[in-house]
Amino acid sequence: MIRIALASQTDIAGWREAARKLLLAGVIPARVEFNIGTETLFDEGDPIPPPGDRKPVISKELLGDIQTALLHSDPERFALAYRIVFRAQTQPKIHQNPADPDMYTLRALAKSVRRDIHKMHAFVRFRKVGEENGRESFVSWFEPEHHITEAVAKFFQNRFTGMNWLIVTPEASIAWDGKKLEVGPGGQKSDVPQEDAVESEWKTYYASIFNPARLKTKAMMAEMPAKYWKNLPEAALIPGLTREAEARMNAMIDNASPDGENAPAIAVKETQAPAHASGGFDGLKPLYDALRAANDWPREDFSDRLVPGEGPKDARMMFVGEQPGDQEDQAGRPFVGPAGQLLDRAFAAAQIDRGEAYVTNAVKRFKFVQRGKRRIHSKPSNDDIEYYRWWLEQERQVVEPQVIVALGATAVRALTGKTLTISRNRSQLIDYIGSSKLLITVHPSYLLRLPDGAGQKVEFEKLVRDLSLAKSALPA
Amino acid sequence: MAQLDRSQKLEILADAAKYDASCASSGSIKRGSSKTGGIGSTTGMGICHSYAPDGRCISLLKILLTNYCMFDCHYCINRSSSGVRRAAFTVDEVVDLTLDFYKRNYIEGLFLSSGIIRSPDYTMELLVQVAKKLRIEHKFGGYIHLKTIPEADPDLLADAGLYADRLSINIELPSDAAIEEFAPEKSGPLIRKTMADLSGRITEAKVERRKSRKAPLFAPGGHSTQMIVGADASDDAAILQTSSKLYTGVGLKRVYYSAFSPIPDASKRLPLAAPPLMREHRLYQADWMLRFYGFSVSEILGGAQGGHLDLEVDPKLAWALMNRDQFPVDLNRAPREMLLRVPGLGTKGVGAILRARRFGRLRLADVERLCRSTKKMRAWIIAADWHPGRWLDGANLRSKMVRPARQMELFAA
Ligand code: SF4
Repeated sequence: MIRIALASQTDIAGWREAARKLLLAGVIPARVEFNIGTETLFDEGDPIPPPGDRKPVISKELLGDIQTALLHSDPERFALAYRIVFRAQTQPKIHQNPADPDMYTLRALAKSVRRDIHKMHAFVRFRKVGEENGRESFVSWFEPEHHITEAVAKFFQNRFTGMNWLIVTPEASIAWDGKKLEVGPGGQKSDVPQEDAVESEWKTYYASIFNPARLKTKAMMAEMPAKYWKNLPEAALIPGLTREAEARMNAMIDNASPDGENAPAIAVKETQAPAHASGGFDGLKPLYDALRAANDWPREDFSDRLVPGEGPKDARMMFVGEQPGDQEDQAGRPFVGPAGQLLDRAFAAAQIDRGEAYVTNAVKRFKFVQRGKRRIHSKPSNDDIEYYRWWLEQERQVVEPQVIVALGATAVRALTGKTLTISRNRSQLIDYIGSSKLLITVHPSYLLRLPDGAGQKVEFEKLVRDLSLAKSALPA
Repeated sequence: MAQLDRSQKLEILADAAKYDASCASSGSIKRGSSKTGGIGSTTGMGICHSYAPDGRCISLLKILLTNYCMFDCHYCINRSSSGVRRAAFTVDEVVDLTLDFYKRNYIEGLFLSSGIIRSPDYTMELLVQVAKKLRIEHKFGGYIHLKTIPEADPDLLADAGLYADRLSINIELPSDAAIEEFAPEKSGPLIRKTMADLSGRITEAKVERRKSRKAPLFAPGGHSTQMIVGADASDDAAILQTSSKLYTGVGLKRVYYSAFSPIPDASKRLPLAAPPLMREHRLYQADWMLRFYGFSVSEILGGAQGGHLDLEVDPKLAWALMNRDQFPVDLNRAPREMLLRVPGLGTKGVGAILRARRFGRLRLADVERLCRSTKKMRAWIIAADWHPGRWLDGANLRSKMVRPARQMELFAA
């Protein structure tokens, strides 16, 4: 028996050298044994016979497969590889035959090695250990199945050139400092830090990206076998996520409103009549006269002028805005400024005749701050809205529309007494007082604040859709 | 509301992105950081760095820039009328998070998508800014996939292609009518036009690159789209016909199918059912047949019932059962195209058989070795020592082929 001593588990050069000599001498595979390191010290075995004159040949492709397969942890791999190269001398195309049993085994080894390399590329998790001269340093602990640590070093160097890193495995370690790649001895898990600030965010991400409605743990296990879990910080979350998945999905289904047909009615907060006032106006004029005469309105920052609602007393649709603006204040009419013009266009697109609708504001006077010569619109406070709520409700009772459209948050607050999110509640016909319907949408001035035409166009179309929906709720 | 920190935003904006099926980080050029001294490489293959319990690979940091959206697509959790919690990252936050994750080897790169805020252009510009900052300022060499917004200015999409490896435009629904109904702000023709424009640019850039290595890259990984399965009434036929048109017409690299899954605070127009995972699976199989096995849509749909693929058997087997006269196929003689039509035989197996049969006639045992298993294909093949006999004529062939009905791993632990 000829005994070949290889320097290490990854001594592929040593194997090549020996294989070349053995082939030259025509030694049959059965006469050779390959061992690692000191195992053969006490038993030298037979010497390799002198070379013959036939030069051994190995195809490049075969050699590639062999080099990969030799990183496998199977102790028989060196003998197998020699057997194949020996056979290749008489069957030069052996490596092209996938059905050959030796080749099949070799390829299986190579495949397993490639998979392990791939998993190491994937499952190494770096932890940051410091920063020096603008270069960050990272460390990782990994346990490969085969002898691949050195083989993956280039990959990590090419990927992480701009940082310093060290990967420790039980058998070897590899390190990069921006200049050179170094291979060193192996180590232990306790050699690397067990924490990293970003790791908790990674876990957050892992948990959030998982869709509980699609639980498929088998598929996960096939690609991420449990043997790798111990060094993957996110793997600790798997049991919990799996356990809760079904309940989470059912909760999503259950939480959706079951009938789904009618939008929920919004409970409207009652309005408070101011002292000395009583409702039941028999027309809009007496109502506005009374409002004008009332002496208790919030005056601070407000224009004195009152801007009344506008439209027929028997209108079937009522539109409620926020408050008059500068131009409305001067004209004494609601919705005549830029927002009003936009609303007019939306009316036209939704085929609503403004002359047949009743248009008004939640707050009846212009609130502003003076900047030089300009009067800048200022948002009405909840108290301001609260003051006019009762009056708005009286106005509604006079007109008695079948559909009311709240344009923007102030109108919603005025009509319901509540702060509701526009986006959540818009575009649906909500049961309102009596048999009337309420539709919530944005205030046209919101569109004017959008930065470009494309955005305005989208929102305009949505507004038109909302108005059309409101109109569709009118009894034919 | 109190300011959300990066972690809280991440929770919301990753959650919002989990309904997008595309995740692949493959198909781009090879790139490394050795020369730039930066961070990041692409191998052309893509690496899955982890797997979620839903079996899907995690290779990219898949997040939304924001889940605020001015659009109101019914199937989407981010639609303007949904009541989900909202959050928005800044450009820098996304850049930093990508780098932080990448440096720890959690990911291959970034897949960034976004709800539409303020305007399509404004949003698209932010997406481009993220990619540009990563590439130019941080010399980031990892994968970048941007979901583009068809309604945005074409020049912005052109910019996106300079920095991204892949672009995608989600069509979501197979017919223009369905798009109009479920995504009122979107337009089928515009989506297809944008896809066609992208295709043109991608091809153009490839031609330029062939002439000069210095010509700029443009979305070298191609572009893709996603269709939601089961949210509307479209059948499999409509879906596959649309896919086929997208593959041939606008040069799409991939169509992803995403079984509609129940979403929190769902729009009332959507089904409240468990996701049709098996249907999704069948569509992927059929898609594969389109792209790699040389089948036409009409062949695949030959055995469909009411426009739907058979859920019991895979579409290739369904086709074989309908076309028994073309079997058995002699593995030692048949041309590649026919081998590809054998149930249970994939592209890899076919390749191995073609190579191996140059060395001698293959026996069943050889095939077993080459393809791991011959169980599924035995009835359909002839090997040197094997003939299925009258097996194919049996009336109960189909029932023999159907595996006992099993719940699609929905809750298999
Ligand atoms: S545009 Fe996109 S994010 Fe917005 S609602 Fe539609 S699908 Fe959702």
